[in-house]
Amino acid sequence: MSATETDAPVAATRGKGPAPAGEPVGAARSERVSALVQRHGAPAVLVVVSVVASFSFDSFATGDNIANMATSSAFLAIVALGMTFVIITGGIDLSVGSLFALGGVLAAWGSRHGTPVALLLPLVVCGTVGVVNGLLVARSRLAPFIVTLAAMLGARGLMLALTDEGADTYLIGKGSFLAELGQGSTLGLGNPVWITLALFAAGAVVLRRTRFGQHVYAVGGNEDAAALMGAPVARTKVLVYALSGVLAGLAGALNAAWLASGVTILGNGMELEAIAAVVIGGTLLTGGLGYVSGALVGVLLLKVIQNVINQIGSLDSSYQQVVSGAFLAVVVVAQTWLGRRRQLM
Amino acid sequence: MAPPAEVLAVRGLSKTFPGVRALDGVDLTLHAGEVHALIGENGAGKSTLIKLLTGVHRPDAGDIVFQGRGVSFATPLEAQKAGISTIYQEVNLIPLLSVARNLFLGREPRNRLGLLDFARMHREAEETLGAYGVRVDVRRPLRSLGVGAQQMVALARAVASEARIVIMDEPTSSLEPREVETLFSVIRRLRDEGIAVVYVSHRLDELYAVCDTVTVLRDGRRVHHGRLAELDRLSLVSTMLGRELGEVRREGLTKFTGDRHATDGRPVLEATDLTVPHQVHGVSVSVRPGEVVGLGGLLGSGRTETAKAISGALARSSGSVVVAGVPLRAGSTPAAIRAGVSLLPEDRKSEGIVPGLSVRENIALAVLPRLSRFGLVSETRVDSIVDTFVERLRIKASSPHQKVGELSGGNQQKVLLARWLAMNPKVLLLDEPTRGIDVGAKAEVQKLVDELAADGLGVLLISSDPEELIEGSDRVVVLKDGAVVGELTGDEVTEDELMRTIAGHAPDRDAVREAATDG
Repeated sequence: MSATETDAPVAATRGKGPAPAGEPVGAARSERVSALVQRHGAPAVLVVVSVVASFSFDSFATGDNIANMATSSAFLAIVALGMTFVIITGGIDLSVGSLFALGGVLAAWGSRHGTPVALLLPLVVCGTVGVVNGLLVARSRLAPFIVTLAAMLGARGLMLALTDEGADTYLIGKGSFLAELGQGSTLGLGNPVWITLALFAAGAVVLRRTRFGQHVYAVGGNEDAAALMGAPVARTKVLVYALSGVLAGLAGALNAAWLASGVTILGNGMELEAIAAVVIGGTLLTGGLGYVSGALVGVLLLKVIQNVINQIGSLDSSYQQVVSGAFLAVVVVAQTWLGRRRQLM
Repeated sequence: MAPPAEVLAVRGLSKTFPGVRALDGVDLTLHAGEVHALIGENGAGKSTLIKLLTGVHRPDAGDIVFQGRGVSFATPLEAQKAGISTIYQEVNLIPLLSVARNLFLGREPRNRLGLLDFARMHREAEETLGAYGVRVDVRRPLRSLGVGAQQMVALARAVASEARIVIMDEPTSSLEPREVETLFSVIRRLRDEGIAVVYVSHRLDELYAVCDTVTVLRDGRRVHHGRLAELDRLSLVSTMLGRELGEVRREGLTKFTGDRHATDGRPVLEATDLTVPHQVHGVSVSVRPGEVVGLGGLLGSGRTETAKAISGALARSSGSVVVAGVPLRAGSTPAAIRAGVSLLPEDRKSEGIVPGLSVRENIALAVLPRLSRFGLVSETRVDSIVDTFVERLRIKASSPHQKVGELSGGNQQKVLLARWLAMNPKVLLLDEPTRGIDVGAKAEVQKLVDELAADGLGVLLISSDPEELIEGSDRVVVLKDGAVVGELTGDEVTEDELMRTIAGHAPDRDAVREAATDG
């Protein structure tokens, strides 16, 4: 994805014509540096952590380990992709963890009726939940936090009802197209990884190069102004929550295909992980500024850190969450600080 | 030659909001190529009329006939698509988006694949803005531009979208003088192209400079309409205020008495060699009790920053501030307030009032610590202070418990003033105390400033309105680029002298006059 828009630290060709009211040169430079760090901080940290890890642990930079990390990142990344759109509009979607689990169970249940049903069912159901979220947020002007919290509880309840409180486990038959989609690999990388990359490429194009993408930024940047400028605010909101729901359902379905069954205990806290990844990647939690690529980097960073802690071995894996949490705190503090420097907040 | 076509005909438009009849049977006719001034005090119904025309609100009664057809816009988007564009007083764009994307939002050029064509967008954005004298990198976020340049982007956006009518709601309130000139040339170009312009402004100079016709609203009704040239300034003001012509003439356009105040005694405020990096360079200013000292200069000359440095809101890097003999610590607002310095900030909304709190709570906010004992507030003492100031400042509210956000701009300003007066200050720093409030309230605030000085308060007055600055001040200290370039005392306190000083004796007097009127 190109970085030529909006945040590229290009030199201003000012000075001619009515000069905009006083912004000292120093401030412009510090603004550019802050923008640079905000945009490229996470990728830089990812590179540093990966390089250090590959020198420290022989088993880190092996093909197997990388392929494993990539596959396990893929599902969270798809969820984070949808979350990026929601957060750029200034919203939040807490229902994605539940929708992920629901999507998995629906896919496994539907696989008895063939792959098309197995794939479409989770997309339709989770997409519908997303549309309802969006309508409640956009039309009824309810807080996204509350609306999607309700959807999170509701979707998990629905999933438990389908599985008789988790007692029934639906399996996905070996050799089906769905199983191949989840478990097979192409050119050394698992199919879910390729699907994820394709989705991110499409997501980047949609966000940067379509009118809908412009509206997503506009709604998050200044909702009232966007409405006065004629942007379809309500429709944009409904669409981002719908997209988030669909992607969560798809991620769940692919994950079920990978595991060959719909596992009911999955997806707990996944919404928070996705939010963390999006924010680490440089998207502003207050909306109006963000990148699809940032979400991908954020997910990879979380997964690499988890992997490194696993490599250390002597550390209890519970410490993964401690480190992830601490890392998120550092990133949020840095973001806020940079944001204040840039006077975004 | 046939008379220009009628673009808009509004008949008997009415709108009632809970408790208020905002608009009552108003008519308005616009012809192609007409620049129409829409004026009235705050609350007269101007904004309501605009909102009805642009689909933000829907009328209770009346018809809007646009280009021969009855219309009823459900959203601003519909109005825009039909050809009615609006530029709002406060820039309504997306600060984080790039300049080009703001300009083209909703009508971005697309390539064959239906994707946005950024190369074309940037090229066209540069061309469009160039015509408005704005030369910036259009890929930068909008918020990196000055407010004036942002307003020009909003203007370019409104005009570019095939509009038949362009409504401008106080478009110059944040423009630099040169940008005002650009705006006027754009308006003249629109007129020549047969586009009708509705121009809302409190600045009479501007109205007479660009407008052909005028509609005056008062209390939701149309009280006058016709050609502007046939209505002189005093008649215009008196129509707007509903006051007798003689009264306006007798009292002048501002409410200052014009009397010089007694100015003996030791200065109550002495600021010496104030320096704030990049903003204020060695400014010295002193104010004696009972004296109103004006701080003149153009936008960005360091007036606001000087006031902020005195009040501690900006940390000074060197220099001293002494209030009634007590030196103040740099960058500490509490210390300044304790010493008796109160600052009425320029931006009422973001730095002053708490809109969701009541009049009473807003007034009592700063003085609370003094009214409390062991952390408990004496309600009766709060009530008595609030009552005193509501009465003294003639604050119009349904009760002290009305939310400040519901009051008019002028009354909000008075509430703020009351908050600081309740602190019993020795020095009052007033930064643009009458900006954006209607003529009637303006006069009241000006009268108050006079009264306060007469009571022995030292006042530092910042105003972009030269008339206000000259008539209100006993002395004027003139700033330019963050430094003092002159001081007007006694007979020198005139608009001419002010402009000469700001210009630094530059030969081009006309440009300077414009500059000073708008800066």
